[in-house]
Amino acid sequence: MYAYDEIDRTLVNERVSEFRDQVKRRLSGELTEDEFKILRLQNGVYLQLHAYMFRVAIPYGTLATNQLRALAHVARKYDRGYGHFTTRQNIQFNWIKLAELPDALEDLAKVGIHAMQTSGNNMRNVTSDQWAGVAPGEIEDPRIWSELIRQHTTLHPEFSFLPRKFKIAITASDHDRAAIKIHDIGLRLIKNEKGETGFEVLVGGGLGRTPFIAKTIKHFVHGRDILSYIEAILRVYNQYGRRDNIYKARIKILVHELGIEKFSREVEEEWQHIRNSSLQIDDEVIEDIRSRFTYPAYEKLPHMPDELRQAAADPDFEAWRKNSVAPHKVQGYSIVTISLKPIGAPPGDATAEQMDALADLADKYSFGEIRVGHEQNLALPHVAKRDLPALWKALDKLGLATPNVNLITDIIACPGLDYCSLANARSIPIAQELTRRFANHELANLIGRLHINISGCINACGHHHVGHIGILGVEKNGEEVYQITIGGRADENAALGTLIGPGVKFDEVADVIEDVVEAYLALRERPEELFMDTVKRLGVEPFKERVYATR
Amino acid sequence: MPLVNGGKIADDSFVKLAVDTPLPEGGDILVPAERFLGEADALVKRAGKLGVIWPNSRDIAELVPYLGKIAVVALVFPTFRDGRAYSQARLLRERYNYRGELRATGQVLRDQFVFMLRAGFDSFDVKKQADAEAFMHTAKRYSVFYQPTGDGRITALHRRMQLRHSEGVGT
Repeated sequence: MYAYDEIDRTLVNERVSEFRDQVKRRLSGELTEDEFKILRLQNGVYLQLHAYMFRVAIPYGTLATNQLRALAHVARKYDRGYGHFTTRQNIQFNWIKLAELPDALEDLAKVGIHAMQTSGNNMRNVTSDQWAGVAPGEIEDPRIWSELIRQHTTLHPEFSFLPRKFKIAITASDHDRAAIKIHDIGLRLIKNEKGETGFEVLVGGGLGRTPFIAKTIKHFVHGRDILSYIEAILRVYNQYGRRDNIYKARIKILVHELGIEKFSREVEEEWQHIRNSSLQIDDEVIEDIRSRFTYPAYEKLPHMPDELRQAAADPDFEAWRKNSVAPHKVQGYSIVTISLKPIGAPPGDATAEQMDALADLADKYSFGEIRVGHEQNLALPHVAKRDLPALWKALDKLGLATPNVNLITDIIACPGLDYCSLANARSIPIAQELTRRFANHELANLIGRLHINISGCINACGHHHVGHIGILGVEKNGEEVYQITIGGRADENAALGTLIGPGVKFDEVADVIEDVVEAYLALRERPEELFMDTVKRLGVEPFKERVYATR
Repeated sequence: MPLVNGGKIADDSFVKLAVDTPLPEGGDILVPAERFLGEADALVKRAGKLGVIWPNSRDIAELVPYLGKIAVVALVFPTFRDGRAYSQARLLRERYNYRGELRATGQVLRDQFVFMLRAGFDSFDVKKQADAEAFMHTAKRYSVFYQPTGDGRITALHRRMQLRHSEGVGT
């Protein structure tokens, strides 16, 4: 956990008081809606279909229990009793009143939570691996660097009015859980041959209407130079990124139009001017940030405690354990993923009661720490294996033990037309129907790892391009039509999915997905061949035939 | 449009010339970039102070040979959403060591003041009277800054280091 000091707290409080003044000026009419819009966006406030939506940052996905309780409090006091976890380690509240927003922000500021730059054309919340600091084989804890970059990008005087939004993600594991290749800047923590910490820097990834997988711009940037290198990228982007067309304003378009070689030369030239400046980070600064992350005092525990051995006789426990529990870097401990995807419910939602109860469980079983992942699930990062059976029972009572992590019903979806003013089509009802179709755990397990991603418009908040199965809702002649892609992925082998054919109507989507899955089950060479691998081996044709032969 | 200079509302001695306005005999003038570059030799010789209005789409490096001869560089915010002039301002101050007046012009609103001061601006063509009057108050809104810029304000990282070392002295 990163502990805010007086300096961080002062800044957040100053931001809240500034926003309070801005809201006051808006309510009095001193600010026009056009002027206020940018100011509220910089504080995470959107105007949606029914009300203002408030997006709160959970930097690099780490939450303390008092912070989760504060989010529950906001859900209860200012909203309708629940919150929605997003694909970028944020939580959204959908029914906030403008006049109450400053109070909500002030309540959150007390526990070191803010909503700065969770929307708007600026540097967004820095995201990372939700297993940071506990994943086996990690190079080092990427949150130290995430926090350094979080600070550097907060209220940046030069880059707060960029051509478009700008997202940075960091991973330190071979398996990329932070989806760095679909970010404006992706950072992969590595060591050079001298054993020094640095980053492979990727640039220009992003989804939306023109999706691109990020390209490597530099194979190794030393840790001490990372801020100046990021600053050089941003300075080139701020000056040359397109501002004439909102759909061509992301850095991915600039990188694409210039080509990665020319773009990297521009960045390199700029970087040479600033790399030996006060942006250079000395070890002492890193150590200071590191010293404010606290790590649990782990016990020496057996690899296979009796409690776990006994619980293995219960098939329901085993079904949950197999999908939810992952290895921890410390023997005797596990990382537990908590599915926010119960059958028939909107993906990523949690009620205030669930958040409070989960905070209690985290205090009891996970050293007071909770994580938030881009898959819209939560995790308890330090659970002793002997506690797993008790934790499972407690989660089950809260409706938080759905054994579907990484299975077909673990769906990522945007809020869609039910909430969002940008959407063209509904997302949540599609997700709900799909979870009902595949509610049978035996069937879901038989299918194995399969990610479905749903977006309700081309802006791609549900990351449909990189879903193993992607579903994109569009509007055609006043009707919702859904385009289906297969073969996308968001991990270290990130790829964009391929369209399988013409769009289908709302009522047909679940049938089509069932057909795709049946085709896979018939086509796979052996049960271990995952959906992704079958698509890679055979291409989209056999799936297309299956789906459209009778339509 | 009130001008804020040196932290308070001030008279503007400069007259903005269009591309084709005849050159006045004396007095301080602000000239559009294109005209400035075309007539630079004549402009620097006349009595009265000289300033240039530099668009945010033009490379600021082109202005470098003239920086010693001009009193004002006015950078433009066509809308407050367009942040290119922040980069130009930092380059002028931090890379090209420009020490003259650096003026923000265009859609300049209260909520940009802190960013602009940090980027190196020291005078402001403020759009609204109320915003100009609120300048001093608004400029002091923040006491914590995470990034080093040329404005010399101490960053959070360095303040922490200072605290560390001063705590270390007594132990």
